[in-house]
Amino acid sequence: MTGTTGTGTIELDTLKSELLAQIAAAKDLTQLEAVRVTALGKKGAIAAQMSKLATLPPEERKAFGAANNAVKEAVTQSLDLRKADLEGAALEARLESERADVTLPVRLGPEALGRIHPVSQVFDECVEIFADLGFDVAEGPDIETDEMNFDKLNIPAEHPARQEHDTFYFPAKPDGSRLLLRTHTSPVQIRTMVSRKPPIRIIAPGRVYRSDSDQTHTPMFHQIEGLVIDETTHMGHLKWVLEEFCKAFFEVSDVKMRFRASHFPFTEPSMEVDIGAEAIGKPGQWLEILGCGMVHPNVLRNCGLDPDKYQGFAFGMGLDRLTMLKYGVPDLRAFFAADLRWLRHYGFSVLDVPTLGGGLSS
Amino acid sequence: MKFTLSWLKDHLKTKATVDEISTKLSAIGLEVESVEDPAAKLGAFRVARIVEAKRHPNADKLQVVQVEVEKGQPLLEVVCGAPNARAGMISVFAPLGTYIPGSKITLEKKPVRGVVSNGMMCSAAELELAADSEGILDLPAEMAEHVGARYIDAAGLNDPVFEVKLTPNRPDCTGVRGIARDLAAAGLGTLKDEKTIAGVEGGFDNPIAIELEFPKGAESACPVFAARLVKGVTNGPSPEWLQTRLRAVGLRPINALVDVTNYISQDRGRPLHVYDADKLKGAVRARLGKAGETFTGLDGKEHTVDETMCVIADDSGPLALGGIIGGEASGSTEQTTNVLIESAYFDPLRTAATGRKTGLVTDARYRFERGVDPESVLAGLDLATQMIHKLCGGKPSKATVAGHVPDNKRAIVFDIGRVEKLSGLSLPGAEIKTILETLGCVLVGEGDVVEVTAPSWRPDIHGAADLVEEVVRIAGIDRIPATPLPRTSGVSRAVLTDKQKRARRARRLLAARGFVEAVTWSFLPKPQAETFGAGSTLVELANPISVDLAVMRPSLLPGLVTAVERNRNRGFADVALFELGQAYRGETPQDQYLAAAGVRAGTAGASGGGRHWDGKAQAVSVFDAKADAVAILTALGVDPAKAQVTRDAPAWYHPGRSGTLRLGPKTVLAYFGEINPKTLAVLDVAGPVVGFEVFIDALPPEKRKSRAKAPLDQSDLLAVKRDFAFILDRGVHAGDVVRAALGADKALIDSVTVFDVFEGGALAAEGKKSVAIEVTLQPKTETLTDKAIDAIAQKVIADVKKATGGEIRS
Repeated sequence: MTGTTGTGTIELDTLKSELLAQIAAAKDLTQLEAVRVTALGKKGAIAAQMSKLATLPPEERKAFGAANNAVKEAVTQSLDLRKADLEGAALEARLESERADVTLPVRLGPEALGRIHPVSQVFDECVEIFADLGFDVAEGPDIETDEMNFDKLNIPAEHPARQEHDTFYFPAKPDGSRLLLRTHTSPVQIRTMVSRKPPIRIIAPGRVYRSDSDQTHTPMFHQIEGLVIDETTHMGHLKWVLEEFCKAFFEVSDVKMRFRASHFPFTEPSMEVDIGAEAIGKPGQWLEILGCGMVHPNVLRNCGLDPDKYQGFAFGMGLDRLTMLKYGVPDLRAFFAADLRWLRHYGFSVLDVPTLGGGLSS
Repeated sequence: MKFTLSWLKDHLKTKATVDEISTKLSAIGLEVESVEDPAAKLGAFRVARIVEAKRHPNADKLQVVQVEVEKGQPLLEVVCGAPNARAGMISVFAPLGTYIPGSKITLEKKPVRGVVSNGMMCSAAELELAADSEGILDLPAEMAEHVGARYIDAAGLNDPVFEVKLTPNRPDCTGVRGIARDLAAAGLGTLKDEKTIAGVEGGFDNPIAIELEFPKGAESACPVFAARLVKGVTNGPSPEWLQTRLRAVGLRPINALVDVTNYISQDRGRPLHVYDADKLKGAVRARLGKAGETFTGLDGKEHTVDETMCVIADDSGPLALGGIIGGEASGSTEQTTNVLIESAYFDPLRTAATGRKTGLVTDARYRFERGVDPESVLAGLDLATQMIHKLCGGKPSKATVAGHVPDNKRAIVFDIGRVEKLSGLSLPGAEIKTILETLGCVLVGEGDVVEVTAPSWRPDIHGAADLVEEVVRIAGIDRIPATPLPRTSGVSRAVLTDKQKRARRARRLLAARGFVEAVTWSFLPKPQAETFGAGSTLVELANPISVDLAVMRPSLLPGLVTAVERNRNRGFADVALFELGQAYRGETPQDQYLAAAGVRAGTAGASGGGRHWDGKAQAVSVFDAKADAVAILTALGVDPAKAQVTRDAPAWYHPGRSGTLRLGPKTVLAYFGEINPKTLAVLDVAGPVVGFEVFIDALPPEKRKSRAKAPLDQSDLLAVKRDFAFILDRGVHAGDVVRAALGADKALIDSVTVFDVFEGGALAAEGKKSVAIEVTLQPKTETLTDKAIDAIAQKVIADVKKATGGEIRS
């Protein structure tokens, strides 16, 4: 029986090379699976070889078994490698076939289409600045009384300033009184002083109305006023607050400012303030931006505050005008026309949230 | 208020330049509106003599003239088209390179019909000295001595003109002297002494009686009226210097008598009036007008007076409106020989009221409504008498004075420490006192507290704050050191109220949903307001600027819907606009409410509209509007699941495609829906529009007990989902199905969603529909058995049937 082992080994070698050849020849995963079944299946070639084990003499069995297992291992390994290759090729082929025209445009999404009106944006900017200085935001009604809009502000009925305001009135009531549309947000200052004890620091933003309409005037516009009342605040503080505001608002390190004496019935002393137009990139001009002054003793008295004890300042400016200056918006009338072209162009993205930390404008 | 530099120098000794004066005026509250400096505009023009004039060889209407432009220099050849150019004429020459203001060109060297012109001979119009002119300036022969000199110097035109915008509190600066006084106080020179007036009191009594006839309570209309008759005057044109001054400040010379009054008005802020005494009948009275009375003013127009107005009258009726305008019939002319000069004080408030009523804007009103110095009544009369006597001769009478000069003197106790307390500017006491004294205040007392009496020409100074203003504006506001306002907290704290925060959040949310924010008018055309007026009392303006802006808006929607249409007409069909702002249900502060409203049209849904390769966007529907309203509620901390949806939105919404989100019967959180086509018709809007209104004030306050979030309830057990389809009557609301299903087991049923609604096919014929829901069960403690799940499913089916009559679809 000598030579049996040799013969068996030669058979195994042949089987191995045949199987490896078949594996290499498999063109796809289906063929490879067929090879796998032929080789490693229950009735496969290697199983058939193993079944010969029982027929061998005991001293040959160990060597034959080991040789058979080595073939099985080699075939299994080859199958796995080939499988990975074929899978990789199949994926490549699939990916090759899966092609999108990525130049097609996509929808931008709502956040890209939406806009915040420039006046709202600038109002938010102002709130950021004045919040840092400790100012609350106070509000009041648009439909006001003569008392709140004029009398308490030291503008008596026959005062010429009352006429200059071009007031919108509502029809007179049986008692002769008549309501009006506020001509400034100053009634909010009055309402605040009447209802709160100092110290007071507020800004009062909102719509105001004057019967005026031309290139630079609209019958409705926006104001933002400020009021500080305590026992020590003086004109030096007023200058500082306005200087700091202008630097922060125009986002520049320095703003040239010019304070000119003026006259308003509700402040004494009163000033008008110009800024150097360098702040908006137009050197060589002065731009009037606001009126201000120390709250008139009569106004304090009208609100139940003792002018010998309390003092403070007030200022008022146009939000629309600030917007025009900062963002180069040319025409006031367009603010209220709801023209999509204008709103999309001058409006702000929802993500442009003004903050002091991140900058008012991005 | 206009004045010239030389006029100012009558009162102010100063070496300041035009720029220095201008800057200082603006700084101290006399805002300079314009400075017209003739040297800047006309400095290049020279006096020249035409030595020879010949016809142009190539043009009939042109001449070639030889001009002496500098004494002793060669003549220049100039082409001239003026018909009046002639040899020997003295005129005005502009060299090459000169800008000609009247024709807005700069002279260049170029031939005119073949002859090179070395400059130009100029007309008055070309120098903007006249509106139009025929031919070049023809100067008097004596100007020959100025040949070669600047024309503005030779003609006395080199006098810069300032125009100051006066605030209503400064009557004193309606006269040049008042302006000079302010500048002197501010350190720009010294105020010259007033010339003493002597020899005006005449030797006879004024034969014309002057009377004040006011009912009790109205005496303040004209408390004092002084007058003097000057007999035998010779009226005529006033002297050239006076005319030049008046013209420079924009006043038209009339005759010497009138020019004197205008001059004093401009010089001292003291208006006067002159009457032709021979045209007066009886006594001259100041009194209130009577209904129906009229007179013809110096403006040539007839004026009707009423009982509120102060008139000057004689026996024939009203002659003039006191403090505003004189009358034509009683005015002086060149023939006047006997003149009555009036100097009075008229009440500022009454003058202003009369001025507004009549619409008359005059130099007298400008002064009297600010409050003319009452003490100038007699001084002004004397000054006028003196000037008239000097210019027109005649014999003045004694002065007649009716009434009394009102005493407007006010003593103010002034702690000079107030200056630093109010202004933050620390000044030596002596400087403060000097400023006040230079302005004409009288100070009594020593030390820090003094008694200050303001001058009679400053009716605006009432208290300590006014004195501080005087000191600060004159000392210089630029000297006030900017002083940091103390911080109220180390790190700045949040300042917005909950409502303000919600408004801000709603605004950003809507922009994030693709809306563009608009700001539309608070007032509307009346028909629009009426269409949205249910539940509101409309508030209509008494004096609207136009019928389109007449009634306060009861809702934000009309402004937005009409804006959609305007944009559509410009070619934008897919529009999403919102506004966040106030509207008015009535006139009281409580009637004003804050709303967030939006409209969508075309295909402008939240994910974007228009045609796209990925599939055309859907037309917007009631559900886009509902999604927007629900999104706002969610963003503002209101759980939309807790709100009921009812079908009772107001009439401006489509009755079948709209809803109300409410909490209970009273609290309406929002409306949403298609806008009713009838409403669109009123607004003149063509296509469908959907919209919503969310009422920010109506939202319940956010309850925030703690900043820490509630513990997370996270089950490890898998949720179980079961689907159910019900056949329902068409009118049944899907919301009722969902609510019934949710209620079947409140502990285990986590959510119910509607994933299919089908109303077509055979169901439609039966008036039925199918609604399919997915019910999610979330076990908390143990996995659910099939039996337990079946039991819940049966309960869902039974509860839905009970609530809606719906049968499970087999």
